[in-house]
Amino acid sequence: METNNQKKPNIFRRMRASVSGFAEKLNRNKFLFSELVKRDFKKKYKRTVLGMFWSVLSPLLTLLVMWTVFTKFFGSGIRYYTTFLFCGNICFAYFSDSTNLGMGSLYSNAAVFTKINVPKYLFLLSQNVSSLINFGLTFCVFLIFCGIDRVPFTPKFFMLIFPILALIIFNLGVGMILSALFIFFRDIQYLWGVFTTLLMYVSAIFYDPSRFESMEVLFYLNPVYVCIKYFRWVTIGAGGMGNYIENGQLIQTVCIPSLQYHLLMFGYAFLALGIGALIYKKNNHKFLYYV
Amino acid sequence: MNDCDKRDGAPREGEPILTCDNVSIRYITGDFKEIGIKEYVMRKLTRNYHVKEFWADRHVTFTINRGDMLGIIGTNGAGKSTLLKAVSGIMVPTEGAVVCRGKIAALLELGSGFDGDMTVKENTYLRGAMLGYTKKFMDDTYDDIIAFAELTEFQDRPFKQLSSGMKSRLAFSIASLVNPDILILDEVLSVGDGAFRKKSEEKMRSIINGGATTILVSHSIPQVRSMCNKILWLDHGRQVTFGDDVNGICDLYEKYLADKVLPEIPAGGVV
Repeated sequence: METNNQKKPNIFRRMRASVSGFAEKLNRNKFLFSELVKRDFKKKYKRTVLGMFWSVLSPLLTLLVMWTVFTKFFGSGIRYYTTFLFCGNICFAYFSDSTNLGMGSLYSNAAVFTKINVPKYLFLLSQNVSSLINFGLTFCVFLIFCGIDRVPFTPKFFMLIFPILALIIFNLGVGMILSALFIFFRDIQYLWGVFTTLLMYVSAIFYDPSRFESMEVLFYLNPVYVCIKYFRWVTIGAGGMGNYIENGQLIQTVCIPSLQYHLLMFGYAFLALGIGALIYKKNNHKFLYYV
Repeated sequence: MNDCDKRDGAPREGEPILTCDNVSIRYITGDFKEIGIKEYVMRKLTRNYHVKEFWADRHVTFTINRGDMLGIIGTNGAGKSTLLKAVSGIMVPTEGAVVCRGKIAALLELGSGFDGDMTVKENTYLRGAMLGYTKKFMDDTYDDIIAFAELTEFQDRPFKQLSSGMKSRLAFSIASLVNPDILILDEVLSVGDGAFRKKSEEKMRSIINGGATTILVSHSIPQVRSMCNKILWLDHGRQVTFGDDVNGICDLYEKYLADKVLPEIPAGGVV
């Protein structure tokens, strides 16, 4: 009991020290960070407006294919199905884009960090900024599609900031883990490719898992799904039905998730970030042996 | 410029700016590079997985003061570059400690680390940022850097179109125009053509005269003789000698290169 009490403030002090140290470092490297972001951005879009357009087009095309397949061939009973699909697509595309690009960020900068002493997480961070910009553009299209789909805009839309924040943190954490692993084992990229495909199917992008009630708990093990569901909850209701009138009664499905739900979502995000930061910290001076 | 791991602020009068105290660095090499999980498991199963550890540097001890120019000599694989990586904070010594007071600009293997698809100007800014300069500083000195590197008409070309000599010239210009406390040069003065080499040596002298401390790794003994006032000789990671009798040690080194017999020098002693 006593040791526990002594330990606690110590951990807090260390955490606070490391956070303020991180902020101080980030401030010192502001210029480097902005130059890295510029570089990654330019490389990604090859200096063309069309390049930017393409990267928004890709999630839209996926959306179009899914929409065609699942409304024309299979049909679904979900009212705002386009928005339902888009919620899943936008979150998953961001996750997939950010982690797959982030994976190579450390390795592709090996020529730099083996010669110059720079904070290594900056490479991943700048890579994530380009993914985030991409996500931002897609998000604007998402809002337009919500309008086309006649989803009523409510103040609840502002709650979307929370799943987006959680996704940013989660993607960063997963990106850290992957970029470190990629230094040690180059074939992780193929495994991750297979894994993301699998994850896409269990992220319930085109179906509603609340139909198999007892199974839905399992879906909550998937952090991406937790964010997707949050998106649906505040826009069109968890089941995608929106608010509707049945037998003269107003049924409201659009709502803000519970506090526990928020805790779960941010729990996943910070868990990933914590593991990633730990791996980086432990291997900070070991990476250079492997490249 | 990078701060050292242990930074104690500006050195007081007469205090060494850089101290390497009994530094040993263990390097690992072997089958773990460029392999995947599959190959790792296979090699583990067939017991074909070998990792070799060796000491790249063993018991290296030296100190330099503000304004010194240290020359590091030794044959290939002597541990010179590894030692510099420890000094610049890229690696941590396995044993011993590196204490430095001041900011370091390290120039290790110049041409690498640039991005071929970006223009010369963008690369200059990026490299400047990596070396720790501020945006304002880069805005102010960019023209000087490009002029010194003689690349004014190339500044909007993609970097990959430059010749390797031009690349090194640019790298040298970026790092040398900043007046760092400690400047580390790893075989960089041999870049460029004759005219640029002369110019870069002059630049180096003006940096040294400006009070900066410099560490120079070179295979050119005449260069070391003419520029350095302290010298460290490494051989297979061991410190053969360290001292300020530059000419005496250079003579011994040249003799060693000729007959391949290490001279008998008392441990840690000056000749």
